[in-house]
Formats: sequence, structure tokens, C-alpha cells
Amino acid sequence: MNAPLPWNRRAQRREARLARVTSALGTALRGKQVDATQAVALLEAALEPGDRVCLEGNNQKQADFLADALVQVDPARVHDLHMVQSVLSLPQHLDVFESGIASKLDFSFSGPQSQRLARLVSQGRLQIGAIHTYLELFSRYFVDLTPQVALVAAQAADREGNLYTGPNTEDTPAIVEATAFSGGLVIAQVNEIVDRVPRVDIPAGWVDYVVPAPKPHWIEPLFTRDPAQISEVQVLMAMMAIKGIYAAYGVQRLNHGIGFDTAAIELLLPTYAESLGLKGKICQHWALNPHPALIPAIEAGWVESIHSFGSELGMEDYIRARSDVFFTGPDGSMRSNRAFCQAAGHYACDLFIGSTLQMDLAGNSSTATLGRIAGFGGAPNMGADARGRRHASDAWLKAGQQARTGRGGASGTPRGQKLVVQIVETFREHMQPAFVEKLDAWTLAEQAGMPLPPIMIYGEDVTHVLTEEGLANLLLCRSDEEREQAIRGVAGYTAVGLARDRRMVENLRDRGVIQRPADLGIDPRDASRNLLAARSMRDLVRASGGLYRPPARFRNW
Amino acid sequence: MQAGMESLSFTLPGRKPLPAGFATVLVGVVASGNLEVMVELATGSDCTFEVATSARGFGSIWEAVVRDFHDRHGLAGARVSINDMGATPAVVSLRLDQAAAGLP
Repeated sequence: MNAPLPWNRRAQRREARLARVTSALGTALRGKQVDATQAVALLEAALEPGDRVCLEGNNQKQADFLADALVQVDPARVHDLHMVQSVLSLPQHLDVFESGIASKLDFSFSGPQSQRLARLVSQGRLQIGAIHTYLELFSRYFVDLTPQVALVAAQAADREGNLYTGPNTEDTPAIVEATAFSGGLVIAQVNEIVDRVPRVDIPAGWVDYVVPAPKPHWIEPLFTRDPAQISEVQVLMAMMAIKGIYAAYGVQRLNHGIGFDTAAIELLLPTYAESLGLKGKICQHWALNPHPALIPAIEAGWVESIHSFGSELGMEDYIRARSDVFFTGPDGSMRSNRAFCQAAGHYACDLFIGSTLQMDLAGNSSTATLGRIAGFGGAPNMGADARGRRHASDAWLKAGQQARTGRGGASGTPRGQKLVVQIVETFREHMQPAFVEKLDAWTLAEQAGMPLPPIMIYGEDVTHVLTEEGLANLLLCRSDEEREQAIRGVAGYTAVGLARDRRMVENLRDRGVIQRPADLGIDPRDASRNLLAARSMRDLVRASGGLYRPPARFRNW
Repeated sequence: MQAGMESLSFTLPGRKPLPAGFATVLVGVVASGNLEVMVELATGSDCTFEVATSARGFGSIWEAVVRDFHDRHGLAGARVSINDMGATPAVVSLRLDQAAAGLP
């Protein structure tokens, strides 16, 4: 008989890591607390070459002090790490690849670092495992990308190691749960040590080390849009969205993208939508970060509930004072959770609306352009039909019926469909056309050796394309040719739009597949900025009764 | 005209003459991403469009925008002057329609 196999190698490895840290830090380790000056020594002792490491790079909150420390470890001791993190936001997130500390990357979004990421890939200094959506990456934390060490950020810790994340909980619970229950090590940077945390977001038993950082972790105010920058064309498109989609389907549960187009919709609810008698009939439940642009609608009584992926700087006191609307703890501050909110957006919302950089004739859309590997973030989870959804709602049933009427067999079996709307001006700034024959994503895939082009939202999932020229309802198209002409028919003066078959487009308009503003009873000349419930940051502050405190960069008074 | 600007001119046969004694209509402002449109009385029955734009190389798009506007309104005996600072076709069409709405 063979000697019994060891079934606790993870636990043994964990004990070895803890022992190395204890011996390396000596008296600098007090309980779980590590002095900030010892952060590099802590990481050098805890990490092993080839480890999978989650360095909490979120959409907003950043474990920036631990990122600084990781960059400083000795590459002779710590190298070839496999970074598994949702967002590459800070320069340090890529510095570790320059120095050989890390060599492989699985991620979701790289917005601010997208150009440098593309350069490192082309130089062969960084190998990308895959580009994920948020939920997809979190899911893989529990399957085949489980972190051995997680470096996370929290607002405060008590002396036991209980963590309070504050309103920006974001990815932390998903990361810590995967790491702590698989023999991994959890290291948290905190802004302060307190006697008693306002509430426990992460229990001390899941946390191994706490490092009080010299300054508070970085948070990016990513969801603040100054109403002063919303254009008349965006007001026009917002009017069309409200009348042509929200009212037509009775959309009650939804998610918005972060652009000015959707901020315009939020600011038209208490004005234009109110004048159409839509209050209470649309937009009551949201999976959405606390967008300042939604304040006037909340104040006017439009909104029942909002669950958030993360918070937004300056909105803390407003959220606290509107606890019927936001998810808040007994302590009064918001609790966000990116994983749950992504699931909520996917399964429990009837509509996603967002913008894109490029759309092709099949309706595929992508934000990848040449020389940039930007990733996906959460848009594909929001902007995809939920194939596992089974509960019905009016909006979902109507969309499904439009898509399936007249079909037989499997594709004619009755079921609902998520409304996925792409809202784009036909030309972006500098006259870049939003509609193209071929997405840059294809070239990017060839250059970077990707198995698939990085398409953000698949044409199969897109139900409506909304531009200043009109609204194309792709649910009503019955062939690829109709679909192509429906897209060309709203593509304006782009080369794609000018190459339309005019007769076919007129026929689609007669069938209601394409609706012009006039067909919706909207006169473009009425699209005035005066319809916006707030026309400046100051208006938003006023609407909040002074509770909203925008970051300095958004204040000009 | 400023250096770097492109000027374009289109003349199309009109259908609806402007009324006698018509006063000039001016809409919009010359600012980044925006434009100014002026409609004036002119002799003859054509409608002429004089475009000065900071965005060079988009002549065919301007022609398409102007033709669609002319299909909608068909002004005769009119001169439409456009000073553009890189407005998108969507904004141009909106301004042209606003100018036409100001006609008697």
C-alpha cells in the first residue's frame, strides 16, 4: 500500500508563508499589524515566484500603497508572478512587468494603461491569459485563477483585523473570499486603525496582515459628468431613448453606461419624461453607481432603489441622507459590491444602454482601437441577454415577442429578451465615424495573437441602435440584410450611412424598424439644454440640498 | 478667411422664394464643435451655400448635408453662409433646421 497522499499541501504552504513573515518582520509585526516601513519586507517574505496575485486594482478604489511596495520587491526573490486583477489603472500595475516581478496577466479593464499594455504585449514582456468581464474574472477566482496572495484596500481596520471598506467595497469581498478559503494570504492596506469599525465588511478571520498606509488609498471619481458639457444632440438622443424605448417597453429596471448620453437621459427624467406622464411608469429600479446626474430624478421621487458596483466621491453624505434609495448599512454608509451588482445588472435588469467607439454592420461593437488593449469592464455583463433568466416582466416579454414572432422551432419558442441599446452619435469628436465596415478589434486580435477579436457587445445581443438620425429596432429585423440596412439607415453621413439602400431603408421605416425623431413625435429643434434638470455642477449641488460635495476638479465656483 | 480654413460652395435650384422684405436670420455661434448659420436674401431663384470650415477634407459630407437640407426646405433666392468650427454633421443639420424655422 502506498503512503497516504498529503491532502493539505495548501495549508502547509500557507503555514510556511506565515512562518517566513514572522521571522522576517520580528518585532515589526504586532498581531496582524505591520508597520508601513516593512511593507516591502512583508511582500518579499509572503510571496513565492510564480504566485497568482490579486493586487486590488478596481474600477475606482486602488490598493496603491501595496502596489508601490510590490514594485520595490527584489526580482531575484519574487518574479514571474501571475497577476489576476480586474482593473489596470495605476502605472505600478504595469511597472511590475517591466522589472520581471510579474510576467502573466488576466484582467478585465485597462482604460488609462491601455496603450502601455499594448506596447508591453508587443515587446513580449507580458503575456495575457485572457481579457474578461468583471463577473467572469471573479468567477475564475473560484475555479482556475484563485489568488495565492491578495493585496486589498480598506478604509479602516480594528486591532483584530476586521475591515471596514466604506462605501467603495467594490471587488474586495469577491477577492478575499476566494483567497481566504483556498489557503491564500490576505494583506490589507488601510487608511486608519480604529478601536471599533463602523461595521464589519470583511471579518478578521479572513485577513492575515493589516498595513496602515501613510495616505488614504486612491479613488477615481469615474461617474461624475458635468451637465455643462451635455450637448443639444445628446438631449435629442435622450428624448428619443425616453419616448422610443423606455416608454414603449415600460422599462422599470435598468443600468446606464457612464457617458454624457446617458447622463442626459438621467437629467431629462424630472422634466421631459415627467411632461410625458411617465413618472412611476419607468426607471424605478437601478443597478447603477451613485451618479450625481441622477440627483434631480431622485429628489423628484422617480427612483425606488439603486444598488451600486462602487460609490462615487462626494456622494457619501447624500447617500447617507437618502437611505431609502441606496443600500446602506446600520452605520449609515453605503455598501457597494461589484460582483453582486454585476449579477443584478445581468439577471434583474430589463435594459442596458451605453455608448461605444465603433460598431460594424452586424451590430458588433468595440472600444478597442489600434494600439490600445482596453478590455471590457462590466459592459458585456450588462449588455448581454441573460440566457439563464426565467422571471418575466413586461419589457422583457415584449422584446422577446418582437424578436420571435413568426419564427418556428427552437428560435420561435416563447421567451423574453433583455433590451440592449447602443446610443452613439454618428461621428465622435474629430469626425471619427462610429460606424465602420470592419472593427479595429479584428486587426488588434491579429497583432496580439488573440483567439477572438475583443468585441465588447455582440451584435446578436444588441436590440436597438440609437443615433441622432433615428432609432433602429433590430428585434424586428428578419435577415442579416435587413439588419445591415437598419444600421446603415441610422448611421447618418458616415461612409456606412451614405452607402445605404435608400428604398430598403424607407421600407424599414414604413415597418417601424427605423423611427426618425418625427416618427416619435419629436422635433429636433425642441432639443434644448433648457430641458436638463441641472445644467451645471452647481445645479446638482443645489438639487441635493448641499449634500453632494463634488471633488475640487469639478468645482468652478 | 483664416489660414487653414477650407471654403466650399454649392448652388442648388430653389422651389420656395423667400418673401420680399425678408430680414436676415442668424443662428448658432462660432465656437469649438459649433457653427454659425446666416440666411440672407439673394437675387435669382437658386439657393447658394457658402461654407467656411476649420475641418478640411470633408467636402462630400458637406455636400450630402446641404443637399438633404435643401430637399427639406428648397429655399429660392437665398444665400446660406456657414462659419464652422468642426461641428459634427448632426449639429450642422440641427442649426440649418433652426435657421429655416426662423423664416417667415
